[in-house]
Amino acid sequence: MWDYTDKVLDHFKNPRNVGIIENADGTGQVGSLICGDALKLTIKVNKETEVIEDIKFQTFGCASAIASSSVLTEMAKGKTLTEASKITNQDIANALGSLPEAKMHCSVMGMEALEAAIKSYRQGGKPVVFEQAQESKLICQCFNVTEETILKAIHANNLKTVEDVTHFTKAGGACGKCKGAIQEILNKVLACEIPQKKQEEKKPFSALTIVEKIKAIENVLNTEIKPQLNRDGGSIELVDLNGNIVTVRLLGGCAACIASQMTLKNFVGKTLQEKLDKNLEVKQA
Amino acid sequence: MKVIYLDNNATTRTLPEVLQKMGPYFTDFYGNASSIHTFGGSNKHVIEKARAQVAALLNSDAEEIIFTSGGTEGDSTAIFSAVNSYPQKKHIITSAVEHPAVLEVCRFLASHGYRLDIIGVDEFGRFNMEQYKKALDEDTAIVTTMWANSETGTIFPIKEIAELAHAKGALFHTDAVQAAGKIPTDVKDINADFVSISSHKIHGPKGMGALYIKQGTRFMPFMRGGHQENLRRAGTENVPNIVGFGYAAEIALQHLPEYQTHVKPLRDLLEKELLKEIPDVKINGDVKNRLPNTLNMSFGYIEGESILMFLDEEGVCASSGSACTTGSLEPSHVLRAMGVPFQFAHGSIRFSLSRFTTLEEIQTVIKILPDIIARLRAISPFKKGL
Ligand SMILES: Cc1ncc(COP(=O)(O)O)c(C=O)c1O
Ligand code: FES
Repeated sequence: MWDYTDKVLDHFKNPRNVGIIENADGTGQVGSLICGDALKLTIKVNKETEVIEDIKFQTFGCASAIASSSVLTEMAKGKTLTEASKITNQDIANALGSLPEAKMHCSVMGMEALEAAIKSYRQGGKPVVFEQAQESKLICQCFNVTEETILKAIHANNLKTVEDVTHFTKAGGACGKCKGAIQEILNKVLACEIPQKKQEEKKPFSALTIVEKIKAIENVLNTEIKPQLNRDGGSIELVDLNGNIVTVRLLGGCAACIASQMTLKNFVGKTLQEKLDKNLEVKQA
Repeated sequence: MKVIYLDNNATTRTLPEVLQKMGPYFTDFYGNASSIHTFGGSNKHVIEKARAQVAALLNSDAEEIIFTSGGTEGDSTAIFSAVNSYPQKKHIITSAVEHPAVLEVCRFLASHGYRLDIIGVDEFGRFNMEQYKKALDEDTAIVTTMWANSETGTIFPIKEIAELAHAKGALFHTDAVQAAGKIPTDVKDINADFVSISSHKIHGPKGMGALYIKQGTRFMPFMRGGHQENLRRAGTENVPNIVGFGYAAEIALQHLPEYQTHVKPLRDLLEKELLKEIPDVKINGDVKNRLPNTLNMSFGYIEGESILMFLDEEGVCASSGSACTTGSLEPSHVLRAMGVPFQFAHGSIRFSLSRFTTLEEIQTVIKILPDIIARLRAISPFKKGL
């Protein structure tokens, strides 16, 4: 059960401005049946003042999708196109009190549909389907989300993790194969925020001192291997390094697991070989 | 508001008479069954009585039953026991429509070096026997497929699946969590090696279940520690829950025929009337071979969570395979595996009845649902005409 605010429930049960405006001045659409939510907005615009005199919606989706659309029509009505185009997904969520994290994409959809409807008006009224900027790279194939949309969401909502991005844009929510790409985008954004020391020229692993080697191995363990093992309830620690023999100890769930030998060889060993040196061998303490 | 509870595949009401039997084991007879003193030690007999009651529901011997903390633990125990007992075998088989308690264990093993074959289903949710036959080989440690599907009620031909597994020397486990108490579950007849069931789906307490382990099957415990359950499942016995579960199993067996005489006719009535009253509806599952209590329907052009919320307003509890209800963004993996088109998967609703469901309750749903559907379709951009 979701924790919906009374505002969300009210707009869901008594949606305002439902329907289609005949001979609308602008029509914007976003989403599809496949995604599980879709919104169609039609607007009537005063040609002189550019005030949105009427706005109606139709929505396919969950309670928060319907509520987001409904509250959006209330917010946009009476505003000029310029004012209306400044409505963000955060404004929509705020107007509803709040939305559950995992439902934030519903408010994003509202913002996008309005953007499309305004564009449609500017282009003479022909319906416009919201599209991600063409030149932007497609990141999530499952939900058709581009880099630009993800970047926008990250900046507007101060997102920090892949999970956040999924909640706001859906990207990464299905097959998950784009999660790596999303993480890279996040890394770039976060790197801009926190100026990082310039990377030193990379020395081959074999040329490192023993302390540097251990640091390098621990780095790979921490960034590549531990997160994976943590998901299975386990962890790993570095015990020793002797020549090319890396001795590790599996902890928690991994220690008890019968598949641990395979984890060591296939996953830990391979990752270290790929990231550092192909001659490395992994042993259990 | 009166609650109309049509979500019995999710969980069931603990029967008052079951609760009553459990009570004294919290307050009066709270001793540890492993103790030497009579006060605690006599609880052993209580546990053994419950074991016999659960065994009767499965037509097994009492010694073949161990108590677990639920269906999930039974599933994990069976699968890990099989792979641990046959460490040279590196292949497992399951189906695409299993409960996460099975699927996630299989995926875990797959990410740790096991070959995993996930057998698909057809549009009615029927097991792909040909694909299965091809996947089986001498390296297969265990085949695990559910008896009946929680979402659609579709019943798998597990006797045949078990026979083929055995012919290749593989063990066979079935998750009978949804089948138990709704259809006859004779584990001798199907010749399974492991069968897991759960108490809270048969009007017993939650956090309780059992695993059937066929006599002579190699076994490795999942929970290690004390000597309980004949060294097969460590941990101080949850006596109140065991008592409640045993009694619930006995009652379930007694009332099993009612699923055919009372529940099925109500389910069929609901199905027939909704099909008649509402256009653009599709039934999900194998209508010819389905649990008597389960009805899974898809309503075109609208989304399941919205339907559930309006039903909830009227006190009707059901569930949906729509993405929005689960918090994930993808609709039900069961419906997707069946190739149900996205729009129908998002608009799916599952009603699951119990033997306490009344005609009046079903008539209420038949009365209110068409309006709810019409109301949501009026908002939907996809509904043509109207
Ligand atoms: C088919 C199936 N298997 C396993 C489970 C898990 O059982 P439990 O909740 O007792 O762990 C359920 C119930 O959610 C189920 O429907
Ligand atoms: S590509 Fe993004 S979830 Fe599948």
